[in-house]
Amino acid sequence: MHFHKYEKIWLVFGVAALIVFLSVVGVSAFHQGNTPSGGHMTIDPNKVRETAPFDQPGLHEKEDGSYEVAMIAMAFGYDPGDLQVPVGEEILFSVTSEDVTHSFSIVGTNVNMMAIPGQINHRKHTFTEPGTYLVICNEYCGSGHHFMSTEIEVVEQ
Amino acid sequence: MKDVQIVRNDRQLSLANIGVAYLAFIIGTLCGLLQVFIRNDALKLPAWLDYYQILTAHGLLLAIVFTTFFIFAFFQSGMSRTLGAFGRKTSVWSWIGFYVTLFGTLLIVVMVVSGQASVLYTFYAPLQAHGLFYVGLALFVIGTWIQGFALVGHYVVWRKRHKGELSPLFAFMTIATIILWVIACLGVVATVLFQFIPWAFGWTDGINVELSRSLFWYFGHPLVYFWLLPAYMAWYIVVPKIIGGRVFSDSLARLSFILFILFSIPVGFHHQLTEPGIASFWKFLQTVLTFMVIIPSLMTAFSLFATFELRGRELGGRGLFGWVRKLPWRDVRFTSIFVAMFFFIPGGAGGIINASFQMNELIHNTLWVVGHFHITVGTPVAMTFFGLTFWIVPYLTGRVFTKSLQKLAFIQIATWSVGMLLMSTAQHLLGLLGAPRRTAYTGYAHDDAFAWFDGILSNHVTMAVGGSILFISAVLLVYIIVQLWWIAPKADQEHFMTFPIAESDASTTPAFLENWKIWIGIAFILIALAYTIPLSDIIQHAPPGSERFQTW
Amino acid sequence: MKKPQQQNLKGTLISVFFVGGIIIFMWVSVYFLYVSRL
Ligand code: HEM
Ligand SMILES: [Cu+2]
Ligand SMILES: [Cu+2]
Repeated sequence: MHFHKYEKIWLVFGVAALIVFLSVVGVSAFHQGNTPSGGHMTIDPNKVRETAPFDQPGLHEKEDGSYEVAMIAMAFGYDPGDLQVPVGEEILFSVTSEDVTHSFSIVGTNVNMMAIPGQINHRKHTFTEPGTYLVICNEYCGSGHHFMSTEIEVVEQ
Repeated sequence: MKDVQIVRNDRQLSLANIGVAYLAFIIGTLCGLLQVFIRNDALKLPAWLDYYQILTAHGLLLAIVFTTFFIFAFFQSGMSRTLGAFGRKTSVWSWIGFYVTLFGTLLIVVMVVSGQASVLYTFYAPLQAHGLFYVGLALFVIGTWIQGFALVGHYVVWRKRHKGELSPLFAFMTIATIILWVIACLGVVATVLFQFIPWAFGWTDGINVELSRSLFWYFGHPLVYFWLLPAYMAWYIVVPKIIGGRVFSDSLARLSFILFILFSIPVGFHHQLTEPGIASFWKFLQTVLTFMVIIPSLMTAFSLFATFELRGRELGGRGLFGWVRKLPWRDVRFTSIFVAMFFFIPGGAGGIINASFQMNELIHNTLWVVGHFHITVGTPVAMTFFGLTFWIVPYLTGRVFTKSLQKLAFIQIATWSVGMLLMSTAQHLLGLLGAPRRTAYTGYAHDDAFAWFDGILSNHVTMAVGGSILFISAVLLVYIIVQLWWIAPKADQEHFMTFPIAESDASTTPAFLENWKIWIGIAFILIALAYTIPLSDIIQHAPPGSERFQTW
Repeated sequence: MKKPQQQNLKGTLISVFFVGGIIIFMWVSVYFLYVSRL
């Protein structure tokens, strides 16, 4: 097998670029905590509303002062239907579905979480600007998929 | 030179596959036209028709039916051309496979049309379609396996007769693609047979959603390489012949196909980066493997430019880029595929972005993704297939690709390019602005959403303009095909269309490249590494199964 | 036929670097968009 000299140059360059890309996202993810949403907790999809934290959907201030939002996605809406969260505070979103797959995606941010029945998805996010944020479902969930949206009010405390 | 044409049976087999492909194509693109108007609120469907039903049809008919049937037509005619006429067994099994695939397709179509399977082409659980929809999917895959194994049989016979020889490049690449396809389908077959069918017919009660998604994407990523590799075959083997050149490097061409078998399968998690149930470590590992599969595409880019440059210089092109002008731009068989390749530059670049771990959050399930696959499968692959169609149909029917049809063909690829440029650019930008995919009219009452109708390029209206041009182009293409199939004048001895296969110097190609046992073995080791632990986790820590839902 | 080593592929080299440039440009743009939304 024979490589032309220029092809070697090109492949070395290409592979180096790929390694740089991977390192940048890898360091950002594992060193600075910017991993995409995920989680390893399961839940009985038929008993979502009996299981903490989804027995009380909405914003909770925990004992250590941190915030968690328990969010249930369902055809075709979200529970809680309206939500206020403080600006500048780190908020842990915990999302699951009580029927089919949905998503919980906040337009204009990096929050884009799949809501999978039987699984709990987690992601932390800090809103830096107050305002009204649009939340949409971007995973097909049925005839009302395009009506499935809500808003988050980010307020100064 | 009548003998350049392959035998009648093999011609008819290929034509049958092409016929189904373009029937699916024209219905599918009509669905696409409706979609862009509905999303724009410019069209209301009658009550018996639903947006998501149309979208299911669009995805299945174009991404699955059109591509697969066309690919088998290309393989069958090319294998007959390079390895000789099919024997009885290959021929019989190919026909059986064709009819099984067709029957599966019809079953799927009936279920979608009757409104019992509006689950989109990804059919994510726990949306539950009619059980026969899944039976149709299974039959479809089995049919392709039969056709695939028939070709493998043809190849085995050839190798027995040519002990110690490397097979022709076309045959090698065909077999590589079939191996990839068969290994890939194991995932979708497993989930359909063992999860969906028992559950949809009510024999089991719950379904493990995360497992079904992971098995689907085990299949879903190599699926895109099943589309892409036949296009690469055209780029590596057909295009050099059309421009009068040769294959740049036989061994590197083969090596790149081997790399695709190895690295295109253990990467499905890059479609599941934003979902729970899979640890970040495994997501990242598969991200790294995904990046490995970029390398053979980098090699391909170099080989193609080198083929063009060497040929252009042979024809007297001087300076750095003088060779570009020497290429046969007036030959639509070349130009169509060249433009198709060009679309793959931003297409491939977008793919790297999609796979870049947390950056996926930016684009996952937004219109960006729709833009992305329309400039990967929807143009580089589809338009390469158009370019092949222009000669393969007259080759099989023995007619002439007349001057006036060639003119029409130029208009066809020009309109497809312009339409796709508009539509896909709009989709990419809208996606970055957060516009979701797979939605009927996107009328969310929020400023961020109103902006999706405000931009110049980042506008749903631009997308609709592009989509309309595309549909005109699709109609034109089908018109050309009808002409080439039934109406254009019969070719005389001199004007017979040929099947372009470029010369490939295999004298220095190492024989181990064609030792499939090694490569299949390594492929399975990589799959085991990437999947065993996360999949057993998903099975062992399974939540109670999900019920059946029909929410459409 | 010329030996591969002597083939003049300068145009090819520039062309593939053009491809590489597009890849890097698109990737970096989207990366910065991601960072701006952190
Ligand atoms: C007339 C030409 C075409 C038009 C106007 C068109 C338009 C569209 C639009 C607007 C969508 C997105 C709909 C949505 O997410 O709500 C879409 C989805 C899609 N298109 Fe096309 N398209 C065309 C050709 C093609 C071709 C040639 C292919 C593949 C070979 C293709 C494959 C797909 C796939 C796989 C989807 C995703 C379906 C899903 O989300 O389930 N399209 N198309
Ligand atoms: Cu939805
Ligand atoms: Cu993929």
